[in-house]
Amino acid sequence: MSQPLLSVNQLTMRFGGLTAVDAVSFDVYRNHITAVIGPNGAGKTTAFNCITGFYKPTSGDIVLRHKDDTEFKLQEMEDFRISQTAKVARTFQNIRLFGGMTVLENLMIAQHNHLMKASAYTIGGIFNTPSYQRAQEAAKKKALSWMDRVGITDRADDPAASLPYGAQRKLEIARAMCTDPVLLCLDEPAAGLNPKESEELNALLRSIRDHDDVGILLIEHDMSVVMEISDHIIVLDYGRKISDGNATEVRNDPAVIKAYLGVVEE
Amino acid sequence: MSSNGHSSSSLPSMIKRSLIATVIAFLLFLPTLGIKTAASGGVDGLFLIYRWALLGAGCGLIFVARMAYELFWAPKDGEQKPIKAPSALARALGSSKVAKTVGPALLVFAIVFPFLPFSDRYILDLGILIITYVMLGWGLQIVVGLAGLLDLGYVAFYAVGAYSYALLSIHFGFGFWMCLPLAGLLAATWGIILGFPVLRLRGDYLAIVTLAFGEIIRVVLLNWRSFTGGSNGLSDIPRPSFFGIPFNQSEHGFAATFGLEYSSMQRIIFLYFLILALAVFTFFVTARLRRLPIGRAWEALREDEIACRSLGVNTVNTKLSAFAIGAMFGGFAGSFFAAKQAFVSPESFNFMESATILAIVVLGGMSSQLGVVFSAIVMVGGVELLRQLQFLKSVFGNDFDPSQLRLLLFGLAMVLMMLWRPRGLVSTRMPTVFLKDKKTVSASMISQGRG
Amino acid sequence: MNYFIQQFINGLTLGSIYGLIAIGYTMVYGIIGMINFAHGDVFMVGAFVSLITVIIFGITGTSSIALGIGALILVAAISMVIAGVYGWTIERLAYRPLRGSFRLAPLITAIGVSIFLQNFVQATQGARVKPLNAIISGGFTILEGNDFVVRITYMQILIVILTVVLMSGFTYLISKTSLGRAQRACEQDMKMAMLLGIDVNTTISTTFVIGAALASVAGLMYLLYYGVIDFYIGFSAGIKAFTAAVLGGVGSLPGAMLGGMVIGLIEVFFAAYFSSEYKDVAAFSMLIVVLIFMPQGLLGRPEIEKV
Repeated sequence: MSQPLLSVNQLTMRFGGLTAVDAVSFDVYRNHITAVIGPNGAGKTTAFNCITGFYKPTSGDIVLRHKDDTEFKLQEMEDFRISQTAKVARTFQNIRLFGGMTVLENLMIAQHNHLMKASAYTIGGIFNTPSYQRAQEAAKKKALSWMDRVGITDRADDPAASLPYGAQRKLEIARAMCTDPVLLCLDEPAAGLNPKESEELNALLRSIRDHDDVGILLIEHDMSVVMEISDHIIVLDYGRKISDGNATEVRNDPAVIKAYLGVVEE
Repeated sequence: MSSNGHSSSSLPSMIKRSLIATVIAFLLFLPTLGIKTAASGGVDGLFLIYRWALLGAGCGLIFVARMAYELFWAPKDGEQKPIKAPSALARALGSSKVAKTVGPALLVFAIVFPFLPFSDRYILDLGILIITYVMLGWGLQIVVGLAGLLDLGYVAFYAVGAYSYALLSIHFGFGFWMCLPLAGLLAATWGIILGFPVLRLRGDYLAIVTLAFGEIIRVVLLNWRSFTGGSNGLSDIPRPSFFGIPFNQSEHGFAATFGLEYSSMQRIIFLYFLILALAVFTFFVTARLRRLPIGRAWEALREDEIACRSLGVNTVNTKLSAFAIGAMFGGFAGSFFAAKQAFVSPESFNFMESATILAIVVLGGMSSQLGVVFSAIVMVGGVELLRQLQFLKSVFGNDFDPSQLRLLLFGLAMVLMMLWRPRGLVSTRMPTVFLKDKKTVSASMISQGRG
Repeated sequence: MNYFIQQFINGLTLGSIYGLIAIGYTMVYGIIGMINFAHGDVFMVGAFVSLITVIIFGITGTSSIALGIGALILVAAISMVIAGVYGWTIERLAYRPLRGSFRLAPLITAIGVSIFLQNFVQATQGARVKPLNAIISGGFTILEGNDFVVRITYMQILIVILTVVLMSGFTYLISKTSLGRAQRACEQDMKMAMLLGIDVNTTISTTFVIGAALASVAGLMYLLYYGVIDFYIGFSAGIKAFTAAVLGGVGSLPGAMLGGMVIGLIEVFFAAYFSSEYKDVAAFSMLIVVLIFMPQGLLGRPEIEKV
């Protein structure tokens, strides 16, 4: 197996007296789907927020490796730089779309940095230079291709807040993919989805894994999704990693069973 | 006593509630309407004038108003207040078709305005004032409406523009067209200076800090006498000319050059077209910016700052650019103001101005440029109209000055406006890029920004 | 050194006045998360009501002390009642209908109420400043030095004592009674409080009334201490008192008092040692500095945003 896309080493996060994440280490690989699971309060979202730059870890390091071997120390980077330069994209547990803006606008904002450069930091844009127009058309095309892929093209001009819940989730993923990431981080993407929608999500994530040359890291509680599509599962409990392996290994790991179900009283 | 939806609608209880309202009004009006302090001019200090008739009238008015409310508007027993749909007017103003016709029509009207029969000096000045506020409104709309940053100190940029123009033209002899971009640049710089410290502030905190900034600038302008002239301000600012041809009665003056009879109106009409041109420029630039990545980033910032950052958008630059560009237009407007008045003083740049401009943006509807035009006409024009209500002198006595009521009614109007239409006249939003149809986004989906 | 001590005393006195106004800001912001822009103008109304009541009762500097103090307490009581009615009415008419609506709306409304109040008082009472001959005068010397004599006036003592009494009383009220519990419940989670049967509307109204009453006492003190008021004092006192509330930590009553003292001291020292023209700039700059470097204030708790 090639070098890991993301290496998390001894990641620790303390809030005052509470240690939410305790020396957790794991690797995420390109073209793999890695799931982080664990009971509530296990520290999954905290670890996630450290990786995507919304918290600054107390200690440990998080290294992202691009194909050309450039490395990014994510624990030192600002949140927007992690997305802009290291090319890590994320979605949110509580869906953070730009509700008052249309589906298309949401997808265009994802391509903001690219378009800003093309508009010569707005000056070129004001004068509507041909190169800006080309960049705008290309951006629209990319948005359209993602809308087609997730199946929301018919709602392109509708405000994002008017979409049904399942479509909103898909839009959030499409929007994250429009930033051309190398690592896609999803925070409970299946939350609130009915079985049919979960199936569609599985198909979408598998398709992204197979065709888009990215690594996927997700937090999830819905075992039907996790067991179905994960190549690699990491289990956290009380901030510590208690298991690390493929779906079969983890499902049968006694430590995992104990964490979720407790020890059976004799 | 509070109405919790279970108030009965029988006549006795209506009367009872109206009486309670009247008692409350009595307590409120007693030390204000009812008893007035006046100076006796002697060492004994103040004495009191009792105005029982006025007090009685005030209380009576409240009683009648409350009864009318109870009879005609209050929801009856168990009835729910229906949710108001946007009125036909609001929907019309928000639709792009209407905007495409009303906008140009207004522009045509504005162009012919100075030549209409009733446009005398006073009316033309009013027109200039309204257009100035429209321009300021469009500038502030970038900051508050698009980027969702609550700025209560916008007047500071207006002041920077005005004082920059004054100082540059007095000390360096620069002409209007030279000073204008420099004033805008200086104002934009101050916009960035203001923006830096407030980057992490949200909502009401951001509002109060920007207010504090505005006040600091006003106090500095008032007290730094050597630079700004202090409370006396700066006067003898060179008047603008028609591209070098002065507006006077000399042989080289505008009238002589164009074979017209001299009239002081000529300079005013020139100023009118000058501000109109500046306003149109502001309109086109802001409309264009909205469609560019930067404009979308502003709106995305308003909707959800954290989501923006997760997409790699540098929100620091986004905020600073909103402040800077909004400030720049304020600076342009300030230059014009200084050139028109030929005199600047700190009194023109107080918090009331910031509040007025903010009210214009909010009443107009945060996203609608056309809305700002209408609300500026209503607020500025409407308030001027009150000065004309001389007939009130006959009601309240001859030493009653209706212009004192101007601000009073302005404050009341702000409150009523928010109670009636909290999201402004045109509360909808038009998307800036679309695949097939440009569909209006209704107000309930638009976020108002948390700072 | 003596000069310093004198300014310190003056600063504490001014700070007490700011502190009393700050309590209103901090309580309202704590419970409904809005800055009551009009609060400073309620302070101003309280000052005017006090002025009128003092003139009606004919209290002058020549009255006997016991009678004078008694009458002033009555003046304070009347002023508190009327200011309380103002506070109640403002909340009921202008803020309550907008609860839960468009976020910017309550701010605009509050500004509108503030402008309305200022101009209402101006229109009904006249735009001139209103002077009052000193009622409580005299004091005593505490330090004599070659360069400067330090005096504390009876007025200053009265202000500080009254402030301490009111503060203690209201802190007790808030922490020990059911009103205080209801307030804290509303601050934490209003919907839940409603579901648990707490009368949220009454709790909020009471908060406004208490804040207004305290502000009106501050108005009376201001009137007696400075001897002159006008319809504009609410604006700058309001910003400074709000700064005090933020400095002390929004939602904390002791914090409001502490913040008030600090702001009062800063203003007086700045005016004494640097420049009295720019003293307002010092206070406003404090607001900016506090919000940037210490947004939770001295006695408040930091907020972590949940992603």
